[in-house]
Amino acid sequence: MLEASNLECVRGERRLFAGVSFRLEGGEMLYLQGQNGSGKTSLLRMLCGLTPAVSGEIRWRGEAIGKLGEEFRSELCYLGHQNAIKEELTPLENLLSAARMAQESLDEDAALDALDRVGLSGRADLACRYLSQGQKRRAALARLVHEKRALWILDEPYVALDPAAGKFVASLVGAHLQRGGLALLTTHQAVAIPAGTVRELSLGADAAAHRRS
Amino acid sequence: MLRLLRAVISRDLRLAMRRQADIVAAMFFFIIVVSLFPLGVGPEPAQLRRLAPGVLWVAALLASMLSLPRLFADDHRDGTLEQLALAPQPLGLIVLAKVIAHWLVAGLPLVLLAPVLGIQFDLGADALVVLMLSLLLGTPALSGIGAIGAALTLGVRGGGVLLSLLVLPLYIPVLIFGAGAVDATVSGLGPQAHLSLLGALALGGVFFAPWPTAAALRVALE
Amino acid sequence: MSNRVINWFRYASPQTFYPLAGQLIPWFWALAALFGALGLTIGFLLAPTDAQQGEGYRIIFLHVPASWMSMFIYLVMAFWAATGLAFNTRLSGMMASALAPTGALFAFLSLWTGALWGKPMWGAWWVWDARLTSELILLFLYIGFIALQAAIDDPRRADKAGAILALVGVVNIPIIYFSVKWWNTLHQGASVSLTKAPSMAAMMLWGMLFCALACWMYSIAVALTRVRTIMLERERHTDWVRALLADKE
Repeated sequence: MLEASNLECVRGERRLFAGVSFRLEGGEMLYLQGQNGSGKTSLLRMLCGLTPAVSGEIRWRGEAIGKLGEEFRSELCYLGHQNAIKEELTPLENLLSAARMAQESLDEDAALDALDRVGLSGRADLACRYLSQGQKRRAALARLVHEKRALWILDEPYVALDPAAGKFVASLVGAHLQRGGLALLTTHQAVAIPAGTVRELSLGADAAAHRRS
Repeated sequence: MLRLLRAVISRDLRLAMRRQADIVAAMFFFIIVVSLFPLGVGPEPAQLRRLAPGVLWVAALLASMLSLPRLFADDHRDGTLEQLALAPQPLGLIVLAKVIAHWLVAGLPLVLLAPVLGIQFDLGADALVVLMLSLLLGTPALSGIGAIGAALTLGVRGGGVLLSLLVLPLYIPVLIFGAGAVDATVSGLGPQAHLSLLGALALGGVFFAPWPTAAALRVALE
Repeated sequence: MSNRVINWFRYASPQTFYPLAGQLIPWFWALAALFGALGLTIGFLLAPTDAQQGEGYRIIFLHVPASWMSMFIYLVMAFWAATGLAFNTRLSGMMASALAPTGALFAFLSLWTGALWGKPMWGAWWVWDARLTSELILLFLYIGFIALQAAIDDPRRADKAGAILALVGVVNIPIIYFSVKWWNTLHQGASVSLTKAPSMAAMMLWGMLFCALACWMYSIAVALTRVRTIMLERERHTDWVRALLADKE
């Protein structure tokens, strides 16, 4: 379904990686590893179509993502480094407005339920400014609870989360894989995903191998 | 499509309502700049009447520019802009919604305030009506053109000053026709020609500008 | 057909364009000197003194070509911007940034010589004439372009942002020009304009033509020199620049 071939990324004057290729089918997850600055975030942004690849190609269901455009984006759920949470709005408002802007139907009950399940019950009406880092991350992750789009791209989803919350997110990803979805995620904290096939791609090692050759 | 426009506009308006101080500050800037002119050039009514269209328009133009640097910067900082760029709709439409929201927050209040300030300059009733009309037509064009500058200078060193350097020359036609409409009324000519040209500029500004803006935003997100 | 397209793109790569530009530059300098000498000889020695304007009019041999160039260079810049956005060629962005300072220089020269000409003709250094005003705005547009590119660190982003700005500018220039013209006719009577000047002697026309050609050749030579510098700066980590620099040492 998602296929990357020979991707190359240059940031400023540094080549972060080259020759990155992989294939991901429904029900599979790619666990992206590498040191800080090895280009994990750059690779994820490239796969979303935010950053153009210097060379190489990304295909979704056999077609280049640049050509698919909106069709590809309607199947993509991206959670970046930043939470995409407005400090002035409450978690509930954030969740609802994010869903509306992504043209998803999410009613208030479902949104409240999602916030409940990420452990923000009772905080749904408090401006996000007053939440802790971990709570803000939970508010951002609440999007995933009712997320049905096929491809999840998650950049460091466990950052700032306590172990219980991390496990909950892993269970969401597991359920997603069981439904036949695809997921890519970067993390420095290994949390076991309960279902689906997990594959690994290490950027740092790859770059090192590249340097040696 | 309309649902998307409504969603983005209502979110931006809600955010603006939680930060009312910004809107109020821009309005006071408008009032103060306009009030400084009589102190600078003297209180003679005939002279003030002649200066009024230009002074009010230049001040409105500067006041509507005050909030431009934040049009995309806040969304850029907290990652919302990435989400908007990845939404399954053309980014230009989302920009159009943000331009409309910007106008409602930064342009419309100027239109409503202007007649009060026009009275300070001894403008007649018909000139006040035309002043409001010209601002009503012209300020959307300012928001649209300004959005291009805001997107180009997103995350750039010294963005605020650079923004005015890029945007002000492009504002000139709006200024000419806007102030010209009021001027034509004061001097007894009809304002129709000015106003229809201003309307054309506004249509162009609001419906053409979102596309280069969207392109500039994608460049900024790379 | 496809062969030809590929051929064009070959010249769009800095590696092949760099030596080509290097070979062309001396020729353009020589032509600029030749045309300049011809134009100035005609302009200062051979062209008759104007009946109405005396000797002061001779400034037009610089003023008019400078105004033409300032407008034309903006169009060329916009053209490079458009090709850069459409085909994603590296050379296009470099050409646009290489042209901008020359365009700004000509816009400034046009304003300055306009002021020098205006003082004896109109009795003032500056009048809010439609042409002068639009030239001033054109200078602002150039400065905005240069400032935007200078403020962005990543050259590829700077190229793209500059290209969008140049295209927005080129769409706006006619609108700005006509609005200024309209504003001008509303606010003052018909100003002194060149088109209404008494018919020009053929000799003057030749002089102007040669001066304009000299400005053209100068612009091309300077832009190519600048684009070569930009290439070396941006591609200093590539093999071909390293080889080139190693050769020179």
